[in-house]
Amino acid sequence: MERVAIIGASMTPFGQRDAWVRELLAEAGAAALDDAGIDGDDLDHLYVSNMASGEFEGQTGVPNALAHDLAAQPAYTARIDQTSSSGGAGVYAAWQSVASGASDLTMLVGGEKMTHRTTSEATDVIASLTHPVEYKQGVTLPSFAGMTARLYLDEYDAPRESLGKVAVKNHKNGVDNPHAQFRKEVDLDTVLDSPIVADPLRLYDFCPITDGSAALVFCPESVAEEYVPEDEYAVVSGIGGATDTHVVHERADPTTMGGVVDSSEIAYEMAGIGPDDVDVAELHDMFTILEFLQSEDLGFFEKGEGWKAVEEGVTDRDGELPINTSGGLKSKGHPLGASGVAQVYEIYEQVTGDAGPRQVEADTGLACNVGGFGNCVTTAILEGNQ
Amino acid sequence: MSENTQADEPTFEAAEYADGTVTYPPHTVSPNGAERVGTVDLREYEGEILTWTTSTATPPGVREPNTLAIVEFDLGDEYDGPAVRALGQIAEREDGTGETFDVDIGDRVEPVYADELREPGAGIREPESQEWDGFRFRPL
Repeated sequence: MERVAIIGASMTPFGQRDAWVRELLAEAGAAALDDAGIDGDDLDHLYVSNMASGEFEGQTGVPNALAHDLAAQPAYTARIDQTSSSGGAGVYAAWQSVASGASDLTMLVGGEKMTHRTTSEATDVIASLTHPVEYKQGVTLPSFAGMTARLYLDEYDAPRESLGKVAVKNHKNGVDNPHAQFRKEVDLDTVLDSPIVADPLRLYDFCPITDGSAALVFCPESVAEEYVPEDEYAVVSGIGGATDTHVVHERADPTTMGGVVDSSEIAYEMAGIGPDDVDVAELHDMFTILEFLQSEDLGFFEKGEGWKAVEEGVTDRDGELPINTSGGLKSKGHPLGASGVAQVYEIYEQVTGDAGPRQVEADTGLACNVGGFGNCVTTAILEGNQ
Repeated sequence: MSENTQADEPTFEAAEYADGTVTYPPHTVSPNGAERVGTVDLREYEGEILTWTTSTATPPGVREPNTLAIVEFDLGDEYDGPAVRALGQIAEREDGTGETFDVDIGDRVEPVYADELREPGAGIREPESQEWDGFRFRPL
């Protein structure tokens, strides 16, 4: 199996954009081609991570549209939908295409256009991933988060404030990310006094609705230096994907995300490392509670101890294990199909030493992308050549 | 979104499998892959609230606010399979205020039938693709 390198990356500004999905994808795609020093027609494969362009915008067939816009034909194209983890699933597909030898040059572009919809409509599009017995009760992803947060706080005797500190930390990190939707610090009182969305979680416990796109270019490591210098590419040293139950209430322990546990075990084994070897991580903080659950289920902290790490500053940018240096979904924004790609973009920037004011000391980074409420998960590990 | 207690109301159907496990909702096979052998009507059982939330940002056609709970059913000492749970709305008080009952973790509840839990067709899901009646939970 070929070792796979990432030789180019880009992301558009995230936020409320005038551009529609086709334009967003083309913007990120063209920038990533430029970053890797290649043209569209150099690509063998072109993947698009997108959850719901048909539902949001009435635009389907986006991979073919993108191939045409970038003059990438006759590249093989496919749309990768795995709900909120479409981006991570796209990283998996792109890695697989090169690792298998099927493609010598693959680009992945993730993108979503959402902000033209009301919050209620966007919430419903996302909630449509649920089982009929959940959907008819009016469940939303935020309400799963509220129920899980209440159980976590109760089971592990964690203070409500610890969830708020995730939002404070990630907003602080986002200030230094020029692509982030919110580049503004918030204080704990603001988080704790914000309107209730899904009790006990409040507005600032949730990521925003976002437009945006991000892209990555993959090739065999053996030829990476034909495109970029050695210290400008990263290797996908481990990657894993896994699913948990579709029906959320059927999980044995609702405070454990089985897909995070299983996907990370695969990724760690492939990379030949363990959680202690990770220097920086991007986690799927669609809701503050998810940062606790993932940081525990990835093995960074013991079960029920993730909140203490945030309280003690371990996950701050200058802490022992920086988490969400990009600002996370919380401050950077969450354009569904783009998010998992943008997580890997941040890790790529970190391990190639190109993260600017957000830079931490990192040789090895991890990105964990969660679909649904942990229904589908991918974990990717990148290593730099610094 | 009215509630009734008629004897002919639909059952709260969970599936029973050859390995003795019970799931709600029913699946093609049990978590261990065993085939379905029967059904269990969860109307006959009480449950306990595992956790709950009140959602104030609800999708089209859903009551606002919407208090939801995950309820774990007590199927008796003879049942030793995985926990049998359901996600459901908390029922409204019968005092005409339209407010739902207050609940907390550990409270005992019973299922109560509602002929329409959310308005079919108001949201994105095709109305004919699923049922819209079902069960809420009322504190005992």
